[in-house]
Amino acid sequence: MEYIFIIISAIFVNNILLSQFMGICPFLGVSNKLSTATGMSAAVCFVITLSTVVTYLLQYYVLVPLGIEFMQTISFILVIAALVQMVEIILKKVSPALYQALGIFLPLITTNCAVLGVALMVVTKEFSYMGGEPHMFNLGESTVFAFATSLGFGLAMILFAGLREQLALNSVPKPFKGIPIALITASILAMAFTGFSGLV
Amino acid sequence: MGKFQLITKGLVKENPTFVLLLGMCPTLATTTSAINGMSMGLATLFVLVLSNMAIAAVAKVIPDKVRIPAYIVIIATFVTVLQFLMQAFTPAIYETLGLFIPLIVVNCIVLGRAEAFANKNTVMDSACDGLGIGLGFTMSLTILGLVREILGSGSIFDWKFIPDDSDGILAFVLAPGAFMVLAYLIVLFKKVTAKKGE
Repeated sequence: MEYIFIIISAIFVNNILLSQFMGICPFLGVSNKLSTATGMSAAVCFVITLSTVVTYLLQYYVLVPLGIEFMQTISFILVIAALVQMVEIILKKVSPALYQALGIFLPLITTNCAVLGVALMVVTKEFSYMGGEPHMFNLGESTVFAFATSLGFGLAMILFAGLREQLALNSVPKPFKGIPIALITASILAMAFTGFSGLV
Repeated sequence: MGKFQLITKGLVKENPTFVLLLGMCPTLATTTSAINGMSMGLATLFVLVLSNMAIAAVAKVIPDKVRIPAYIVIIATFVTVLQFLMQAFTPAIYETLGLFIPLIVVNCIVLGRAEAFANKNTVMDSACDGLGIGLGFTMSLTILGLVREILGSGSIFDWKFIPDDSDGILAFVLAPGAFMVLAYLIVLFKKVTAKKGE
């Protein structure tokens, strides 16, 4: 039951893009076309889930026993960078088609703050659902949380890309062309998402 | 370019928020009030100046192929230093800004300046560049925070100017207001700087 709450909360209520503002750069940068937005979301989904599992293990089996939790930021970003590189190499070998599709987006993901954000969130924050005891996530909950968060990222990204494709066909006042009108669109989308608050 | 120009160019001509549109995540997330925005700006300024100086000093020694990971490690080191300092001296602000302090590591402004400026200039020039861009970032975040605070909670730098029992327009403190205010400020900034150019 708790897993369902985690999933709904991560996708809709605390959407990583529209309510927590992590990963805004790709959100504004590669949302011009629906196809690239989908590719980016898939790549992010893959990397967030994988890196959260690895950094979770790193935190509880290396950093905590050695008492060096302050090395979190440095070690996590290195793990993520290495992981992205590794995923790139493996994909190139195992599934060239998928590599072609995700290709350009993979190196960009290292500096996507959603990845580091989720990895840090599950080891530093306490979560509670439906009035339950606040507690730190265990490995299973962390994995589900990371996966659901990246689904939320994908949902917002794809919705936004669809809106921007329509927007490109309309005439926009000159000063608003480009990023400003995209931000206003994002604002209205975020407004729609605030409707979910209080759901969980 | 003189040192003074290096500092001032970050304020208007290469303003990281309104012109270059970099570092959007902390810009939107931490500007719920002017003080929060300013603290985030100053925290980034601290990391930016120090990492720019360190990278300028060691740039020649780092092999070209591994430069990005090396820069990230240098930046992450200064972010960890900043985390310690803030936990010790300003615990309240550290709590409010939360996750966005460690996330300075992946702020594109910091890595962007390392790659675009610090690795081919002197230590002093890089420090000035970091200071300029950092001040520009702080200024934009403070303005954004100020507008959102005035509209959203009816106060300026925590001084409330509307009656105590009334509220501001809550939407401006929440996520939609962040996107909306930033959009209009970018348009305004474009308009003002375009006039100056004529």
